[in-house]
Amino acid sequence: MNENVRRQILSIVCILGFFVAWEVLCLIFNVSDIVLPRPSQILVTLWTRFPAIWPHAVQTLYTTLVGFALGIAIGVLLGILIGSSRLAYDVAYPLLVGFSSIPKVAVVPIFVLWFGAGTVPAVLTAMIMCIFPIVVNVATGLAATEPELQDVMRTLRATKWEILWNIGLPRTMPYFFASLKVAATLAFVGAVISETVASNRGIGNLMMIASSSFDVPLVFAGLFILAILGVALYAGFSLIEGRVTGWAVRSENFTGGG
Amino acid sequence: MADSLPLPVGNVIDLEKVRVTFGGKNKVTALSETSFRISHGEFVALVGPSGCGKSTILKLVAGTLAATEGHVFVAGREVDAESARIGMAFQNPTLLPWLNVRDNVMMPLKIVPPYKKDFSRKKRGEYRDRVEASLARVGLAGFGDKFPWQLSGGMQQRASLCRALIHDPTLLLLDEPFGALDQFTREELWEIMQQLWIEKRPTVLLVTHDLKEAAYLASRICVMQARPGRIVDDSEVPFARPRTIDISFQPEFVSLTQRLRERIVAARTVQEDTA
Repeated sequence: MNENVRRQILSIVCILGFFVAWEVLCLIFNVSDIVLPRPSQILVTLWTRFPAIWPHAVQTLYTTLVGFALGIAIGVLLGILIGSSRLAYDVAYPLLVGFSSIPKVAVVPIFVLWFGAGTVPAVLTAMIMCIFPIVVNVATGLAATEPELQDVMRTLRATKWEILWNIGLPRTMPYFFASLKVAATLAFVGAVISETVASNRGIGNLMMIASSSFDVPLVFAGLFILAILGVALYAGFSLIEGRVTGWAVRSENFTGGG
Repeated sequence: MADSLPLPVGNVIDLEKVRVTFGGKNKVTALSETSFRISHGEFVALVGPSGCGKSTILKLVAGTLAATEGHVFVAGREVDAESARIGMAFQNPTLLPWLNVRDNVMMPLKIVPPYKKDFSRKKRGEYRDRVEASLARVGLAGFGDKFPWQLSGGMQQRASLCRALIHDPTLLLLDEPFGALDQFTREELWEIMQQLWIEKRPTVLLVTHDLKEAAYLASRICVMQARPGRIVDDSEVPFARPRTIDISFQPEFVSLTQRLRERIVAARTVQEDTA
């Protein structure tokens, strides 16, 4: 058997083992489903109440993705600005660090005040959650660009823009994708926080209502949905990352570059 | 020398009383007042101990360093954004790791006018052929699709030479490009470099501390001395071209390198006495 295939099978067995252990321990110690439902109960809940759950799942995915896309756009622009200008670095960095230290749950009421409850605060919370890692990584990537590579361009009399486009940005891609994987999961956290506080739709709201009526299996079903969506988004970006930044890990099957 | 090609008269490089100092209070003079000229089609080598200002001169001409005093002219115009077409090969190959060899070599055609304006349009195929031909010229035929890390150091340096020459520069700057290679690869690349020079006759400024390399490749050798950096010797290399590696065992060649060596050793002794 191929070494790679064996490793993958082993990892799948271990992950399944975790859920089996959870199931078995709950049965052995006779844990009530109000405290901790068994995985089988959660799956049954997911299956039987799917028509009620899925509009919420779609809403959460929608707000997360929109917030994430906005976060990427603003994060990359800010990152480029901070990474290429000393003044921008000195001004924006303290502001950014200060802003990202604020608990996001405290910001949601302000968004609700401005835009009303519902979709907009969820999108905005998801956005501000994921901006910080993107900005930091893009700026770091630009700052870490080897001066020798820039000299190659400067002797060719390349403009600043050409250097950024041909050297800075490609060089930053590995940092950028590393940040995307963190940011994607943070975007979910942001969207769900906002839905929990102020929305009548979304997984956050669903879990809120379920827990207030002690419907613990439904709460866990919501958590499962979030975990699955998060893993899917993460895996998606890992896939793109391999395609775009294979050069950084010297992957044998990297054929990009065009 | 094989001066058969008609060359424009005048200087490609002209340093007018240039001085370079670094630092604020404890000023270090990297280059004391220096005037230095290279005319069209010359192959000049700058040799000297480390820290003597060889690379400073190279950077001045490349436009990556500004002179503290004096003027630097390249092709009759002051070094600035719109200067002459310059090609440069560095001590490290400095190929971009995210591009394959072909796209790396093609990079100057994407940046330098007049090639730049046709890059995304009609001439893409033509440029591609040009790159392939140039790769074949240095023995890299068929390696265009490889990535830099898949090549040996010598092969990367060949690709780097291709990149420095692809846009037909009027001035070629070489910053110890053969320094990190093993002896046989180095001698092979000297031969390729000489062939390229005879064919295209670019003006070349080579910085090196290998005297054999300087005497083999250059038509003129300038010896530099450190603290303060200055040129202390300027001599023609009389050997006929094309030169072969055998020439390095001839008595004239040996005595030339010997004389340069003594010049540098003497310069170093003076430097240690005053230090």
